Amino acid sequence: MSPDILVADNLEVAFGGARRWFGGTGPQVKVLRGVSVRIGRGETVGIVGESGSGKTTLGRALLRLIDVTAGRIVFDGADITRVSETGMRPLRRRMQLIFQDPMASLNPRRTIRRIVSEPMLFHRLVPTAADAEARAETIFRRFSLPLACLDRYPHELSGGQRQRVGIARAALLTPDFVLADEIVSGLDVSTQAQALNLLKSLSSELGLSMAFISHDLSVIRAVCDRVYVLNAGEVVEEGPCEAVFAAPRHAYTRALIDAIPLPRIDPTWLQRDGGADVAM
Amino acid sequence: MSAPLLAVSGLGAVSDRDATPILRDVSLRVERGETLGLVGESGAGKSTIGKAILGILPRTVRVTSGHILFENRDLLTMPSVERRRLIGQRVALIPQDPMTALNPGRRIEGQLTDGLRLWRGLEARAAREIALRLLGEVHIRDPERVLASYPHQLSGGMRQRVLIAAAFALEPALIIADEPTTALDVTVQKQILRLIRGMQNTHGTAVIFVSHDLGVVAQICDHVTLLFGGRIIEQGTTSELLEAPKHAYTRALIEACPRYDRPDAGLRPVSEELLARLRAEVAAP
Repeated sequence: MSPDILVADNLEVAFGGARRWFGGTGPQVKVLRGVSVRIGRGETVGIVGESGSGKTTLGRALLRLIDVTAGRIVFDGADITRVSETGMRPLRRRMQLIFQDPMASLNPRRTIRRIVSEPMLFHRLVPTAADAEARAETIFRRFSLPLACLDRYPHELSGGQRQRVGIARAALLTPDFVLADEIVSGLDVSTQAQALNLLKSLSSELGLSMAFISHDLSVIRAVCDRVYVLNAGEVVEEGPCEAVFAAPRHAYTRALIDAIPLPRIDPTWLQRDGGADVAM
Repeated sequence: MSAPLLAVSGLGAVSDRDATPILRDVSLRVERGETLGLVGESGAGKSTIGKAILGILPRTVRVTSGHILFENRDLLTMPSVERRRLIGQRVALIPQDPMTALNPGRRIEGQLTDGLRLWRGLEARAAREIALRLLGEVHIRDPERVLASYPHQLSGGMRQRVLIAAAFALEPALIIADEPTTALDVTVQKQILRLIRGMQNTHGTAVIFVSHDLGVVAQICDHVTLLFGGRIIEQGTTSELLEAPKHAYTRALIEACPRYDRPDAGLRPVSEELLARLRAEVAAP
């Protein structure tokens, strides 16, 4: 058994280049230019980058939600780069996605009970709806979500509760790999801390492997073992969080770290970082 | 001692729909040229204070008590025509989302010169000169091109620079910056913060900086007011609040922030007991 649950080699994703009506092709934009990542079993890996760096595209490619133009993706020892949609279906339960905006990813017309139980029934993890609900109740207690939430609709929950429902829905399918895409941006710090702690304990208890996409390096530092820094579709730096934060080798990583404002008085912070005022 | 630029006292507001209090007995002051941070989690009422000052509260929110003295005149009792004239010329807003704040169907030039033409009565050409100078001040390299652009042709950082230029156009005494960097990447956020601070120093403008991010507030504010449930929990200088916080909630919020410099610290959520205590505390008359 390979030590890695997911390995991606030299991924390339290009958009555009579609054939036009009267011949010729449109312009092509390469969003990923030869990105390689690996996620070890039980490991939490951070993928950080700014808007347009390709981090979300990378996540989608890893889950085979979009096709890559070049490169190879191996999940649990099997090459899944060209596996068809039907061929992917048995793997879908094992690779779960937690979305950035739970308001957009939870069906507004269904109760939370249905939202969290239906996937378990679909994947035949439980024989009856009652079993699914029992499991849901257990995890809700564990996540300090009031059981009353089960009978509510997504809009009736607070942002933090909705995000925990998103995490619960993914965790209930006992996946081998979870992709969390910017799941705490837009949350208050306290709610954010709650969601992150939950993820941390889940990954250590269930031995979950996770890719954690974020633009916020402090959050990555708090939950990840290793980190990949993505800039303009390329990995510019990778390594264990401890090492990368202690001594970033790439100038871009340094700039990203130094741009994080910490809640402490630092009179030189605002003026620091070589590039004075970058003109646009 | 001269009067402060802005003095809010005993401000209360309720939601008209269900009479829920939104602000409770809020008092704060802003001196000329200083930066006050208004901090709190969602629903704390921080944006509402800014809107009350600007007179742009939603129709469903009603002010029930208090005074807002700006340059010694009460904005709440002033005839609305006069208030609009005063606010229009002396107070400006830097909004959170530059895409919704700019009119997508108009070129930047018109949007940047509206205020100058309306309040200063400038001709198009004179207003354009000022607009070009302001875009230079916010470090836009090709101001002519930006003036001729539509908002969608500019990046998020560029749009925010345009809005900063617009805010300073009339040399206001006070700018209300409502989460102006929340939607931006960290490196762009830092440039924008530096820009606001620099412009503020050059023009001697006071800023009320509304934010949920204690990190940002720590770097650019002189004073901080922390709110919860529409009530002030703690206020003081930035160093008092961050280095010697008196209220348990202030301490808890600081400890909830992720800290890359101290990975073993931080990320402690505010406890349910504390939140329950706070809710009782703010609801008490």
